[in-house]
Amino acid sequence: MFDLVSFIPRAVVQSIPLLYGATGETLTEKSGNLNLGIPGIMYVGGISGVIGAFLYEQAAGGSLNPVLAVAIPTLACLLGSALMGLLYCFLTVTLRANQNVTGLAMTTFGVGFGNFFGGSLIKLTGSEVPSIALSATSGYFSASLPFAEDLGWFGKIFLSYGFLAYTAIALALISSYVLRHTRTGLHLRAVGENPATADAAGINIGRYKYVATVTGSMIAGLGGLYYVMDYACGVWSNDAFGDRGWLAIALVIFTTWRPNVGILSSMLFGGLYILYLFVPTGMNLSVKELYKMLPYVVTIVVLVISSMRNKRENQPPESLGLAYFREDR
Amino acid sequence: MDKNTPAVSLQNISKSFGGVPANEHVSLDIYRGEILALLGENGSGKTTLMNMLSGIYFPDEGQILIDGEPVVISSPKDAFRYGIGMIHQHFKLVDVLTAAENIVLGLKEKGRLNMEQVAGRVKEICEQYGFEVDPNQKIYDMSVSQKQTVEIVKVLYRGADILILDEPTAVLTPQETEKLFAVLRNMRSSGKAIVIITHKMHEVEALSDRVAVLNRGRFVGDVMTRDTNAQEMTNMMVGHPVTLNIQRPEPKDPKPRIEVEGLTVRSEDGVLKLEDVSFTARSGEILGIAGISGCGQKELLEAIAGLQKVEKGSIRFVEDDGSRDELIGKDPMEITSMGVALSFVPEDRLGMGLVGDMDLTDNMMLRSFREGHSVFTDRNGPRKLAAQVVKELGVITPGLTTPVRRLSGGNVQKILVGREIASAPTVLLTAYAVRGLDINSSYTIYELINKQKQAGVAVVYVGEDLDVLLQLCDRIVVLCGGKVSGILDGKTATKNQIGLMMTTVGGTREHE
Repeated sequence: MFDLVSFIPRAVVQSIPLLYGATGETLTEKSGNLNLGIPGIMYVGGISGVIGAFLYEQAAGGSLNPVLAVAIPTLACLLGSALMGLLYCFLTVTLRANQNVTGLAMTTFGVGFGNFFGGSLIKLTGSEVPSIALSATSGYFSASLPFAEDLGWFGKIFLSYGFLAYTAIALALISSYVLRHTRTGLHLRAVGENPATADAAGINIGRYKYVATVTGSMIAGLGGLYYVMDYACGVWSNDAFGDRGWLAIALVIFTTWRPNVGILSSMLFGGLYILYLFVPTGMNLSVKELYKMLPYVVTIVVLVISSMRNKRENQPPESLGLAYFREDR
Repeated sequence: MDKNTPAVSLQNISKSFGGVPANEHVSLDIYRGEILALLGENGSGKTTLMNMLSGIYFPDEGQILIDGEPVVISSPKDAFRYGIGMIHQHFKLVDVLTAAENIVLGLKEKGRLNMEQVAGRVKEICEQYGFEVDPNQKIYDMSVSQKQTVEIVKVLYRGADILILDEPTAVLTPQETEKLFAVLRNMRSSGKAIVIITHKMHEVEALSDRVAVLNRGRFVGDVMTRDTNAQEMTNMMVGHPVTLNIQRPEPKDPKPRIEVEGLTVRSEDGVLKLEDVSFTARSGEILGIAGISGCGQKELLEAIAGLQKVEKGSIRFVEDDGSRDELIGKDPMEITSMGVALSFVPEDRLGMGLVGDMDLTDNMMLRSFREGHSVFTDRNGPRKLAAQVVKELGVITPGLTTPVRRLSGGNVQKILVGREIASAPTVLLTAYAVRGLDINSSYTIYELINKQKQAGVAVVYVGEDLDVLLQLCDRIVVLCGGKVSGILDGKTATKNQIGLMMTTVGGTREHE
């Protein structure tokens, strides 16, 4: 009744931007920064990649160098999102501005930034439709292994994705390992839990917050890049990324701050996100709208359950959202 | 190394916060193989001074010498490098990490993080000094004394040989305190320099070799402990002679005022906090409540004040004419209007009763804003009350309009206790009224409580210092794990007896 072999790959491609966002946000939150600017940062990551790719395609004319075609958008994306992360840190860590307000403002800014430059590029190309297509660049991003298609359902489920998808999973696993098994991870957790203690133990609070937040922003930005270049086949249209950034933040809570758990959970979210396309509802479109609600309902249920379970390890970092000032009395 | 070179020499140190001086030109020497007690009233700058040594604050002025060499300590990391380790009054531990993880926190050892190796070294240190620590236990599962042990092991693991302890005994039972002192004496004989900040005179006398005294941020002087006594030290601290006697006037015509019967309370997550607690508090009498912190004292007082949901039992308020009123089910406002006042000083001091961002006058108003019929509140009364509390209890504050949060802990507490007493209650519930207060202010508070007692108020006094409980209270209820372990007469009970009853119900020692 249900076509799993076509459902799973679609759920996975939906899940990758969420996984990037969630891994980035988890690293950030572990340092005690509640970065609600992640949705905006993912927009900026996406549009920065688009700008990079656009300029390179224009400059190179018809013949693209595969390495540069991948490297330039990726670097542009990392640079754009890193700048957003730096801005967030400067405001909340150095100037100790309120994290919630700063984050929300940055999301508004990031979305506007994306739409502004997206609109400019569309104007430049003089295209008829309100979108810009970078299919040549996208081809390199979404290229899967050449023999994947010969392997039937196995190839379809496991090998049909572009390299950024595998990078997302690798980054999630690495983040988990760093958090749990290294000195850096231990220090980072301490900074987010109890900065005064970490400070007294000789850990440089500011540096950890900056590095974790900027790294987290760069990872989240890659989610935006993946969305445009692989998922959307190189087509940027304003506001298309939608609310995936918020879902990524919800995913952080869902995974109880564990990036490795995020891999499967993001696929679950991705599946729920597109479930409505696979449920036969006939002409009754309102039922589809109810199905679209599922990821959010699941998040709320998980929030309720995880606050009931009351296990200390599953709680958010204790000083999440609070600025730290050593001589505060 | 020359025994006469001080391990640490502070010279002419000054530090101020926002224009208010905390330390002014303090010079102090600390020697190896010696335990130095640092004394001073609340807000006299003891903790600030030691924080500069451990790199938390940076001095505005002055010089620090380690083994005769001038050094700059600009961060906790620098402090570790010079072998200085501080055990803070509020433990600096990360709750969700294990003991071993907390111990290696911040260390930059070579190679991969190997928790088994760390655990091994922790065990070695424990054996050397006689500690008991499970390296893999999470901090949130630990008792206060276990946490403190982790703190001490933490600084030793870093190779500290200059140890600073900020009020280490404030939360320990007498037995735990004795254990800690034995460890400190061990460390002294292995040549470490130890500084201990405390308010308890008998501890100073029992443990320290030398005493240094601060008064209002200035260094007053130092004396060898054997050449001085509690009275003299207190005089130095305060700057003028004071009397150090706690009166215990005979209760006049005591009548039952609050009857607690079979009280059982469960916390929100279902843990039994009080089990079948029964006692009577009488007017004109001070009823002491002893117990290890966190074994039901808070819940007991809150249940009486109507702030805590009760599972079983009854709490009756007895009027002068003998009629009884059930308190359970009444809301806190009704109970307050019957004359039940609660002054609870929690560990973070500001948690209950005061609003940190409001000034002194406004905090006084929290009690009285409902009075009067005008739509406008009366600010004059509270302002006068604030001025009175500041004067009577010697609160150190820049003014009545200073936010309470800016005051030092002890001063915050004086305001809370002063306000509750001023509300002229018939029942005064007070918990940890003198927690962290210096000896002079503590005695002022004991006097205030005694005055209330003589005025016929039924006082319930939850305290930590057993010596004080024994001197102040007419009867003492000992709690152990939420059960009443026994009710003793304040005049005949002994410290040891109470200590044992605090740890085992009924106070009988179990054979292991």
